Amino acid sequence: MKKAAIVAALALVLWGCKAPPAREIKIGLITPLTGDVKTYGESVRNAFEIAVDEANKAGGVAGMKIVPIVVDDRNDPTEASNAANLLINQYKVRAIVGSVTSKAAIPVSDMAQSGKIPTLTPTATNPKVTVADAKRKDFMFRSCFIDPFQGKVMAKFARESLIKDKAAVLYDASNDYSKGIAEYFADAFRLMGGTVVAYESYGKDDVDFSALLTKVKASGPEVLFLPDYYNKVGLIARQAREKGINATLIGPDGWDSPDLVKVAGDAIEGGYFSNHYSADDTRPEVVAWVKKYRDKFGQTPDALGTLAYDGTNLMLEAIRRANSDDPLKIREALASIKGFKGVTGESAMDANGNAVKSAVILQITGGRQKFVKEVSP
Amino acid sequence: MDYFLQQVVNGLQLGFVYALIALGYTMVYGIVRLINFAHGDVFMVGAFIGLYAIEGARLPLAAVFLLAICGCALLAVAMERIAYRPLRNAPRIASLITAIGVSLFLEYFTSLRQVFGPNFYPFPRPFAISAWEFRNFAITNIQAIIFTVTLCCLVLLQFVVRKTRLGRAMRAVSHDHVTAGLMGVNVDLTISVTFGLGAALAGVGGVLYGFAYPQVNTFMGVMPGLKAFTAAVLGGIGSIPGAVLGGLIMGQSETLTSAYLSSTYRDGIAFLILILVLLLRPTGILGTQRTEKV
Amino acid sequence: MGMKALLGLARFMAPFAAAAAAGTVLSSAGAVNMYWVQIFQLACITAVSALGLNVIYGFTGLFSLGHAAFYGIGAYGAALLMKTGGGESQAFFLASLLAGGAGAALIAWLVGLSTLRLTSDYLGIATLGFGIIMKVVFDNADAFLPQLGGARGMTGIPKMTGVAWAVMFLGAFLFAARNLVHSSYGRALVAIREDEVAAGAAGIDTFRYKLAGFVVGCSFAGVAGGLYAHLYAFLHPSNFDFFKSVDVLMIVVLGGLGNMSGTLVASFGWIFLLEGLRVALPPDYIELRWVLIPVLLVVTMLRRPQGLFGIREFRFLRDASE
Repeated sequence: MKKAAIVAALALVLWGCKAPPAREIKIGLITPLTGDVKTYGESVRNAFEIAVDEANKAGGVAGMKIVPIVVDDRNDPTEASNAANLLINQYKVRAIVGSVTSKAAIPVSDMAQSGKIPTLTPTATNPKVTVADAKRKDFMFRSCFIDPFQGKVMAKFARESLIKDKAAVLYDASNDYSKGIAEYFADAFRLMGGTVVAYESYGKDDVDFSALLTKVKASGPEVLFLPDYYNKVGLIARQAREKGINATLIGPDGWDSPDLVKVAGDAIEGGYFSNHYSADDTRPEVVAWVKKYRDKFGQTPDALGTLAYDGTNLMLEAIRRANSDDPLKIREALASIKGFKGVTGESAMDANGNAVKSAVILQITGGRQKFVKEVSP
Repeated sequence: MDYFLQQVVNGLQLGFVYALIALGYTMVYGIVRLINFAHGDVFMVGAFIGLYAIEGARLPLAAVFLLAICGCALLAVAMERIAYRPLRNAPRIASLITAIGVSLFLEYFTSLRQVFGPNFYPFPRPFAISAWEFRNFAITNIQAIIFTVTLCCLVLLQFVVRKTRLGRAMRAVSHDHVTAGLMGVNVDLTISVTFGLGAALAGVGGVLYGFAYPQVNTFMGVMPGLKAFTAAVLGGIGSIPGAVLGGLIMGQSETLTSAYLSSTYRDGIAFLILILVLLLRPTGILGTQRTEKV
Repeated sequence: MGMKALLGLARFMAPFAAAAAAGTVLSSAGAVNMYWVQIFQLACITAVSALGLNVIYGFTGLFSLGHAAFYGIGAYGAALLMKTGGGESQAFFLASLLAGGAGAALIAWLVGLSTLRLTSDYLGIATLGFGIIMKVVFDNADAFLPQLGGARGMTGIPKMTGVAWAVMFLGAFLFAARNLVHSSYGRALVAIREDEVAAGAAGIDTFRYKLAGFVVGCSFAGVAGGLYAHLYAFLHPSNFDFFKSVDVLMIVVLGGLGNMSGTLVASFGWIFLLEGLRVALPPDYIELRWVLIPVLLVVTMLRRPQGLFGIREFRFLRDASE
């Protein structure tokens, strides 16, 4: 009898001493894993995975294990809205990272706002993602530049550092990233006293730019601004040189990818672009990040992946500071973040939920990116 | 004048590329009245075969083209056997929807990392670009190759259709496949060969396209396919010279609209011109109700 | 409309009204989560648009590849009206929806006047061309009306669509389609579809009827577009491109050309399949969603090329006198 009682008592004590089940926090990721921009979507997902794995290995965030839930939006606004809806109402996530393009991020931001779940896009640059119709969607944040900033940075660089008077702009009329930056660049360039001699657009699926480049050549530009992603820019640069256009090529952060030089070859040599950081930067965070990505996925990370890594970590940092899985507290923490040090530099969140960070200007020299200067907002 | 001539040359390059793809559409339509939506994706596969052949296997050019031709022909014949033949006697729209399904499948399946992958891959150019400068404009060697190859294909195709037994079989089947079968024509074989021929052209087109615009991606065939299809209809669907003519017209209208009117509204204006042409010639420029079809 | 007709409408709409009420109660009580509520509404809206294309292609035999353009015209039109003048008023919302539908109908009339003399595949190309023209217009709309947003998207649309609106409109359009189909107009349309020459010889003014069928079908799309705009509260030109027109065509063919019940089932089936696969597929296989969908499509067409439904319709969609 006594023995049984002792065993029973021991069992009770041991049972009581069992560690409480680890708390979990569900974080969602919305990214285009199918469709025409799958390559960017994968970069973002890979980066998210690395960031989440690292955090979980270090014990999670605020004592909670991160449960990542990844959904695909196919770069379609309707599907992006459905994806956000699914994450918020079915899976009941506490925070969301996504989406990647602005046209997907805007519907996601509306869902985030009505569902009151803090959401951060690492790559969408349209100002309307965080502030639309004079209303700040205070559950939506972004960790990258917005279009107006990059347009102005490159315009200033072209006018003041390169001292060029005549600029030509070639942009994709159906892509809000391209169109947005093109407009801001042209406005800023004109304001600073330059002339925009050609302002032409092409379509999303175009690969033959000969008609446009012939037109551009005839207008005699000194600098050619190409606000688009590396895959398009590579093609345009090559064709531009083939047509005999000698203008200096400049562009925004969409240029950042090892594939740019692969497609463009010598054509892009000497071109300048604005970016968040330089992959050749010897800062330990950058070196470590590039190595991490290479080890796991066998490629050098592109700009979107790197931004996603920082964006995810920014969200995780906010959760740590909030020390809770309450979406309202996470939102508070995210809104007041200052001095966050990421691979892409130091950033703080401004009142509009946009990250305040410096840009760097890089030049393609010898097929590699070379740091030229830093520009603060 | 220089500017105009140069733009015309630019338009020719675009036009010939559309023409090469349009030939495949028109051949298949001529024989089975099917708009093979997956044709643009066969073209994409041709480009990828070219990519692997040049970069991976480092084959000489002739072998690259041969491989692309064979690969695409096989793909098209397989598509026809699996997805289109069972529907030959079903309403036409069923085959069209199936073609759309096949097209979507090719695009999304090849974009999986285990197949071709989703990236935009640089296409290698195993020879240097050179240009012949004339007084007013320039023509590059790539443009010259595209012009020559397309024209050769056109001539070859016309020869096959008019002067060979196979061609006669194709024309017979396109007129009336039941009677042709009764007359001893192997209808199934003829149709398969037609698909194969059209795909072979697409394969060649894919490799040439890769040389001209050195970047491939599994969705690259969507727009060219759509435009080539439009070109084929514009020229009179089912007519081989019509396909080339349609392609050239589309190329010129796009280029000249960009050059002189507005690049932003280019596609809108090009299609407006298309609609106007159709209103004047409701069955396409060279198309008639009873025409020598493929 | 006579008393008998009004009674018929009321009797038809009664179950829809009941469903609308039930749906509204369930969703506001939180019994069904917002995700499935939204998907359900999207399915209703898609069904309305698809019904329109069925009238155009299934019943009248006009191969239109530009249906999404009219959906877009209705969407942007209704959204613009509501955003600039409507506030949160339900009555204004109804008016904007109808205005959007009317706008689509007007443009359809203009397009039809010029292109409906073309036959089959050529008509397809002409409507495809129109679709592309409209896409270019949508992309650059901010050049003449900045609120429309262009390629940057149109934001700030009030979220007016609810379960009640979606279900009631679906009911109303089903009623309209049923009555159209089982009337002498409908029979004329079918006659034109079957053999235009014979129909003409029988005294039918084929062009006028074709135009009417086209305009009516496009107005369905216009109203559906308006409902869509106020459900997702964001419009982007890529929602209205050629591939979206192809999506609607697929639904109509899958359901069975000229069969309204089929269109209804196929619309719901398509939307729920798209989203259902999202939930059903294990996380490592997300990328297969869009590989599976075309495979299912091809397999379905191979097994049932005439579509899911043949001639038989659901009871409530048969001739009112049956």
